Amino acid sequence: MNQRHAEIGLFLAAAALPLVLQSFGEDYYIAFATRLLIFALAATGLNFIVGYGGMVAFGHAAFFGIGAYVVALLMAAGLFSAWLAWPLAVGAAALAALLIGALSLRTRGVYFIMITLAFAQMIYYSVISLKFAGGDDGLPLEQRSTLAPLDLANDATLYWVTLALLAACLFALQRLAASRYGSALAGLRQNETRMEAIGYPVQQIKLVCFVIGAAVAGLAGALLANQNGMASPSQLYWTQSGMLLVMVILGGVGRRYGGVLGAIALLGLEEVLGRVTEYSHFYVGFALLAVVLFAPHGLAGLWGRQR
Amino acid sequence: MTALLEIAGLKRHFGGLWATNGVDLTLEAGEIHALIGPNGAGKTTLIHLISGALLPDAGTLHFAGAAITRCNTHERVARGITRSYQITQIFPRLSLLENVRLAVQARRRDWGSSLRFWRPASADVQMIAEAADWLGRVGLSPAAGQLAGDVSHGERRALELAMALATRPRLLLLDEPLAGMGPEETEHMTRLIAGLRGAQTVLLVEHDMDIVFRLADRISVLVAGRIIASGTPAVVRENQAVRRAYLGDEL
Repeated sequence: MNQRHAEIGLFLAAAALPLVLQSFGEDYYIAFATRLLIFALAATGLNFIVGYGGMVAFGHAAFFGIGAYVVALLMAAGLFSAWLAWPLAVGAAALAALLIGALSLRTRGVYFIMITLAFAQMIYYSVISLKFAGGDDGLPLEQRSTLAPLDLANDATLYWVTLALLAACLFALQRLAASRYGSALAGLRQNETRMEAIGYPVQQIKLVCFVIGAAVAGLAGALLANQNGMASPSQLYWTQSGMLLVMVILGGVGRRYGGVLGAIALLGLEEVLGRVTEYSHFYVGFALLAVVLFAPHGLAGLWGRQR
Repeated sequence: MTALLEIAGLKRHFGGLWATNGVDLTLEAGEIHALIGPNGAGKTTLIHLISGALLPDAGTLHFAGAAITRCNTHERVARGITRSYQITQIFPRLSLLENVRLAVQARRRDWGSSLRFWRPASADVQMIAEAADWLGRVGLSPAAGQLAGDVSHGERRALELAMALATRPRLLLLDEPLAGMGPEETEHMTRLIAGLRGAQTVLLVEHDMDIVFRLADRISVLVAGRIIASGTPAVVRENQAVRRAYLGDEL
């Protein structure tokens, strides 16, 4: 099991990262690495919908943002415990996905892209017009969530918690892909007509996929609110959906680590280029073009065929 | 024999064209029933209406005594109506075995819902064994591990039959199962269908009259969206309206 060993090795290296950074006195990068992992988690959720479910959704920011706002609103109402607030954030994102998905999945292709975008924008405009949600300014968190016995106020602890949740999600999605449900999804990606004809409730299977991917984004949103110290409307905006889609395409659609690689590549590139030029997005665009042209299966596709 | 499927007054139009224009048809349990008719007579539309891919504008469908007129496709499959397609519909990037295993897994009454997320599908050895058994029945055991996109047209058609059978239908709808096949493949498929006689109710749409008369217990002739004759091959062969409308000098 070479791959399993490599995965464990990478996980341990990632877990050791804060200690290394602290010893060099580069604590800023712990926060940056946490941000990478959070976006990796959100993109992994989207990759499940796009790559495993075969549904190109353009409204993932809605679920990402809902996760953040639920944590912020609950904290404003006096609920600080992550043990309660984070599952509620995940649940709210899942519920929103259930409603949006039930309506959107009547369409497909370009129409599905447009309708998911429309729903996400509706949520964005609703939130910025709500005074108690902070309007345009967003909603600051009084402090980070409390996750007794851990102390999330410590940057390294938040990093480790994020890493553990990302690893758990990746493992769960890997199990899921090999399960009966996962094989039904594989069938759906290849021939929906045939799946219908042998008796699968196609809409239901797709809806469940949509909800799972959104729930993962909700968890990522709860984490990002903690990392940023606020829930921000920009997290709900359509450009955020676009960015997550770019991550998935960059990393590898339908690849297990596609979302992770894409998030690291995109945010890493922006960070590096941001130091040398004001026009980092311009060069990031070139990098994306290069990937689409020379690595059509994304960065994960450069390693091999395996999902 | 008892009626398995009863169709009464079935109508369906596309714009101004009545593709199905008042069809009455009864399928007896256990028979192989052929549906013939000239191009554009509405045969495939009728298959769509029976399988649930289309819903009728008027008329009723009763299956095993229960009304299924408004049921969608997967509800009808659950009740026991499975179809094959005129154009091959398979999962090209899955192995033949996995293609059939998906069809076996679809039988919720035997295996439960597919919403099982944790246990690997490869651990369901009984399901895999059953899929292998269906592949064996259509003569595809040697190719079980190959990708469905890589095998020949004839093998794909046989795979389709195995997948349809693996849903354990009470009524099997075969829409031109011999389309595009060479003589050898045609013979193989004809024998497979003949092997279903008595054990499986089949509604067969087919153009090749030799094969229709060889396989069918009863034949119905569809012309311009209506059944103009229905009966045993001998009766249909002698029917003057059928001769005029369709068979011409072929017999």
